[in-house]
Amino acid sequence: MPSLDKTVAEPMIVFDGVEKRFGDNVVLSELSFTVAPGEHVCLIGPSGSGKTTILRLLMTLEKCDGGTISVAGQSLSHMTHNGRRVPADEKHVRDVRKRIGMVFQQFNLFPNMTVRGNLIEAPTRVLGMSKDEANARATELLDLVGLGDRIDSHPTQLSGGQQQRVAIARALAMRPDVLLLDEVTSALDPELVAGVLKLLRDIGSSTDITFLCVTHEMGFARDFSDRVMMFDGGRVIEDAAPEKLFTAPEHERTQAFLHAVVDR
Amino acid sequence: MNVWDWSFAAQILPALLDGLRITLIATVLGSLIAFVLGLVLAILGRGPTPVRIVVRAIVEFIRSTPLLVQVYFLFFVLPTFGVVLPALTVGVLALGVHYATYTSEVYRAGIDAVPRGQWEATTALSLPRMRVWTGVVLPQAIPRVLPALGNYVISMFKETPLLIGIGVYDIVGQVREVGGQSFRYVEAYTLAGLLFLLLSYPASLAVRRLERRSAVPR
Repeated sequence: MPSLDKTVAEPMIVFDGVEKRFGDNVVLSELSFTVAPGEHVCLIGPSGSGKTTILRLLMTLEKCDGGTISVAGQSLSHMTHNGRRVPADEKHVRDVRKRIGMVFQQFNLFPNMTVRGNLIEAPTRVLGMSKDEANARATELLDLVGLGDRIDSHPTQLSGGQQQRVAIARALAMRPDVLLLDEVTSALDPELVAGVLKLLRDIGSSTDITFLCVTHEMGFARDFSDRVMMFDGGRVIEDAAPEKLFTAPEHERTQAFLHAVVDR
Repeated sequence: MNVWDWSFAAQILPALLDGLRITLIATVLGSLIAFVLGLVLAILGRGPTPVRIVVRAIVEFIRSTPLLVQVYFLFFVLPTFGVVLPALTVGVLALGVHYATYTSEVYRAGIDAVPRGQWEATTALSLPRMRVWTGVVLPQAIPRVLPALGNYVISMFKETPLLIGIGVYDIVGQVREVGGQSFRYVEAYTLAGLLFLLLSYPASLAVRRLERRSAVPR
């Protein structure tokens, strides 16, 4: 199991007793897991099982109602000030969050900017990169995602698959340690899915970024991840290497889920 | 006596055009205040709850009282606090502040129409607060609401005659003046109406063009 020797290092992501409710609806209860640096983890399970909420909590798009979430040893909700543990201020959250990138189901490119604008916005404004440096990086990343010739296009002139490639490049431009992928191919035309998944496989194998992905693409989950976590009702019901989880799932719910999604 | 006297019409035209100049000044400056203040109110209206409640209360109060009352209030009450401003300044302020409460609602609708995913992307990229507004949200929100803002400029233009009440002689003020001196009202009011039409109509055509352009699917 490749994940075992990676967990020796300090974990990149730690969820410790995390609770999340929306009103009376408990989305996550007492959720604890860790992800090692460079590990690729896929979250699978039925809709509404809390997978996307996990990514949104990490990205600080939601606040958790209990427990702690840490990234690279730094809590998202607390910080140490004069040796005491105090609630995190905005700067602390910003610093932790800078290590995390996210790619969304709906791409969420900025339609008022060109592709170049989308790619250099955060590096220049947040990382303080010079325009020239950010432009060079943008060109390099667009070549990587196969859109070198579209740097001056507007997002609306691109296909869904191309927009998602730009969104991936935009996230990479921030040199994240952790990349969150939230059903990134769910909104794409079926024929464009394979290309985006191949790109992600290439990026996964050529960088040491830690990946946490929510996906319904079981083939991708199987060959991309070091570990797959099966969710249901806000809990991890099975956590195993993909070879194991997809061929000999232990839990009845996992068997039923895989049966339903794989043998369509 | 003729109903319409061409030479009298020609004789009063310069006075009317002078009034029109005042009307335009009041409209342009009032619009600038309404655009800027309305935007500030709209952005503050999305701030923390106490700020939001105060902004909400101010906007509702101003929207629910007549513009004429506000004009009088500013003109006659401010001096008791030692603030003496020229009538035109008071008029511009009253128009601007009054219409800012309307434009703030327009901006609010435009800002609400920016998809949540856009805000989330700015969080995911850690963009600074200021840049979220100036770089992402407002450039998407404002083009969509330009037609609605334009319509308020046209209504403000047509409401400037209210300022006669505090002695700002806009075009209608001039009409009353020349009418009062000569007891001929037909030419003056007709010309004033025509001048309003001459400006309002092309302006509303321009707004309609803007509407068509911003209706194009993005």
